[in-house]
Amino acid sequence: MNNILITGAMLVTANGAVEADLRVRNGVIREIGPALTPLEDEQVLQLEGQWVGPGFVDLHTHLREPGGESAETIASGARAGIVGGYTALVTMPNTEPALDTVALVSFVLAEGARTPISIAVAGAITQNREGQQLAPMAEMAALGVRIFTDDGSGVQNAGVMRRALSYSKPLGVRLAQHCEDDSLVGSGVMNEGPLAESLGLGGRSNLAEEIMVQRDIDLLRSTGGSLHLLHLSTARSIELVVNAKAEGLDVTCEVTPHHLTMDESACATYDPLFKVHPPLRSSLDVLALREALSGGHIDAVATDHAPHAPETKDRAFDEAPAGLLGLETAASLTYEALGQSACDPVLFYSVLSRGPARVAQLRASDCPVGLSAQGGALEVGEVANLTAFDPHVHWRVDASALQSRASNTPYADRAMFGRVTTVISKGELVLHAGELQ
Amino acid sequence: MIETIRGQNLLSLNDLSKEAIIEILNEAESFVEVNERAIKKVPALKGRVVASLFFEESTRTRLSFETAAKRLSADVLSLAVASSSVKKGESLRDTIATVDALGIDAVVLRHASSGAAEQVSRYVPHVRVINAGDGQHQHPTQGLLDAFTIRQTLAERKGVDPIASGASLFEGLKVLIVGDIRHSRVARSDIAAYTSLGAEVRVAGPPTLLPQSLAEWGATFAPNFEEALRWADVVGLLRLQRERGTGSFVPTLDEYTSTYGLTQERARLLKPEALIMHPGPMNRGVEVDSKVADGPQAIIRRQVSNGVPVRMAVLYLSIAGLGGAK
Amino acid sequence: MNQHAQRQDHSGGPAFIAKSELLNADEVARALKRMAHEIIERNQNLENVVLVAVQRGGVPFGEVLQVHLADIGGQAIALGLLDVSFYRDDLDQRPVPTSAATSIPSSLEDKTVILVDDVLFTGRTIRAAFTALSDWGRPRVVQLAVMVDRGHRELPIRPDYVGKNLPSSREEAIVAQIDGVWIGTRGAQ
Repeated sequence: MNNILITGAMLVTANGAVEADLRVRNGVIREIGPALTPLEDEQVLQLEGQWVGPGFVDLHTHLREPGGESAETIASGARAGIVGGYTALVTMPNTEPALDTVALVSFVLAEGARTPISIAVAGAITQNREGQQLAPMAEMAALGVRIFTDDGSGVQNAGVMRRALSYSKPLGVRLAQHCEDDSLVGSGVMNEGPLAESLGLGGRSNLAEEIMVQRDIDLLRSTGGSLHLLHLSTARSIELVVNAKAEGLDVTCEVTPHHLTMDESACATYDPLFKVHPPLRSSLDVLALREALSGGHIDAVATDHAPHAPETKDRAFDEAPAGLLGLETAASLTYEALGQSACDPVLFYSVLSRGPARVAQLRASDCPVGLSAQGGALEVGEVANLTAFDPHVHWRVDASALQSRASNTPYADRAMFGRVTTVISKGELVLHAGELQ
Repeated sequence: MIETIRGQNLLSLNDLSKEAIIEILNEAESFVEVNERAIKKVPALKGRVVASLFFEESTRTRLSFETAAKRLSADVLSLAVASSSVKKGESLRDTIATVDALGIDAVVLRHASSGAAEQVSRYVPHVRVINAGDGQHQHPTQGLLDAFTIRQTLAERKGVDPIASGASLFEGLKVLIVGDIRHSRVARSDIAAYTSLGAEVRVAGPPTLLPQSLAEWGATFAPNFEEALRWADVVGLLRLQRERGTGSFVPTLDEYTSTYGLTQERARLLKPEALIMHPGPMNRGVEVDSKVADGPQAIIRRQVSNGVPVRMAVLYLSIAGLGGAK
Repeated sequence: MNQHAQRQDHSGGPAFIAKSELLNADEVARALKRMAHEIIERNQNLENVVLVAVQRGGVPFGEVLQVHLADIGGQAIALGLLDVSFYRDDLDQRPVPTSAATSIPSSLEDKTVILVDDVLFTGRTIRAAFTALSDWGRPRVVQLAVMVDRGHRELPIRPDYVGKNLPSSREEAIVAQIDGVWIGTRGAQ
């Protein structure tokens, strides 16, 4: 259904929120104004009290295809995304095999095109993500890849990273880094500190992240180009990025909903559902991240949605894989982190949609062919990629009722505030009253 | 903080109050006597089934626990999982469920991963879980038998009844723990026990082998090893795993011995009545000189023989402690 | 007259509140002397006799009997202590008591063992004591001396030497000590 009238909602533009009705015809926004009269052939959605803005864009999703389909497929991940309000996902290259060639990138783009939303691909920076030889970034860029990362790991060797930044600069793409220095992380499984020591669990030092953040900022200054820092988790990392931006460097950053809402104390019960890289940090880091988010210093909230088959999380803490689900809970957690009733809707859609759309080059001005423009201004003429969020509802996470094939959410049974109700993707209604269409 | 392990799991000595620890030490005294009889067996756990599940091999500890269970007349299911077909990474939950399906009252668990005992206790809440060592986290019965051995030895020396002494023999007792505290579950359990009982604990060792958060453990760092040896009433030596002495934490084993080994020269600095302890197995010549380990101040053999009575006390209180409640 | 309203006893259960005194200290002392005479009369040869007091309540009585037997019989008698906590048959019905010391001076093989306890009630404590004793050899004969027999036996056990027979109801509690025997109740204040 691509003839839709939205009534009663607050339309959230980049500058403010205004109460108005919005009409989509043949998938394109055609009219915006107060009290529009419904037409006969359109579906009327009464979204009183809800916010309507551009569909969310996740800069950081792990769809496990190819190679890990038991945990998630491109199709199931897309469904999870829709329920979470996402009309675009950037999928990470740490599949098996890694997405480091045209053939594999094409495969994922083709599978993604069969879903109701837009699936963009982040290609690997180095071959097989081994951090040694550069991957064919120019060829992949020609297919529309705009972000490159070895995520799962960071590029450990400074020389390799410098070369990657130089090489990729003329391509107009952005290199994204998972900042964790392996030598400072060792076999650690949670945040390094007194809690880890008393639990007898190896620590992943915050230094591991901060040293790489500093290194890459310094490299960027020397080579030029564009840098995006994935899942920053410490106060000092944010401080370094804020300073780098003030200097005029093209560096962007994201934080995850879990780093905004949980700290290392969650690991005290040794439940591997809370095991993630970078790890949940101290409560002071969580506060610093929230302040930075509210202060507009964070470009995007990104989920780092990491599905894992259930039996893998039924292991001892240090044997279980790291990573947790995020797509279906991100919006509510972001709303919570921005202060709930104090949450500014403009900032909300900025970090969930407009910001990541800019980082990923998915806007109308720079979107590659084959993908639908994201992060729109809500203006007449735009293809409708819209998400409605009801800030007034409360709900509880049911781990057995997720769209994802996996169920490794750390938020099972948790009370959540605010919920995505409606999603229009590529002009079609794909989610209504919380139900997939 | 639990006040008694009757009917409870024993996962970490950080969970136990001073009273809970003393209760175990007192009960263990009765079991010392049982172990001295000709027939070393009492029917206290008759009809109960204790599974011993060792994912990490340790013949000594496993035999000690199994002997303790058998001397309480329990039936013992012995599963040395480390040598079975269970691969690392196989679901811990599945392995436990298989054992539980056989109908068990308690499981004694040793695992290479910290927190495994706590995770298992969540999978089978109706079964009593006794932690026999989980990764680098805790080895509660070792801490208990070390405390028991200290009290037993000091009570004998002073001619007092150990049970009547309660925790008084620990008050102000100066205990020095030496070695790889950072990676040691024995150290964590010992420090928890000794500080609970009122002792003053200091630690010594190379900086790379010490934790950063000593203050939160109730212990302090002794920067001068020789001075600390002169200060101590009890010296607890930790085993230095050979892997740690290959250059990443400590340059060589020789360097460890020359800086922190209890050599004969260093042993001469000790007070004449000071006690030397080691949880075993010893690396003779590395953390302790062979002659010193066999010398009159060392009570290492006592530690070993106290293992069975202390474990009997733990099994008895944990499994039978509350009566019918299952 | 309730100067000993609360007696301290070692059963580990709820507190005992005395209602009335059944025997005073003198009466207890006389009963013990009489029992010592009975023991000597029945066991011509005291050389083979070993007293074994059941922890905790039987111990003071065992000690007194040991002194009397030495005085009257002219023979030093060994006194062993036996804790039966680990031998109870009701371990899965109520919380286990804290155990006390056991020390049996020698093998009991072929000896005349006289078990000594404070109060004989259901008989289960003595049954546990039989099981325990067998770990120290096979006595030739086992006899039982108790300060008080209060009836309500659940097993076929009868005492050989009794200080006093005191009928009671099941709900009541009886506490027997060297300085007297009291009847009362157990439970919350």
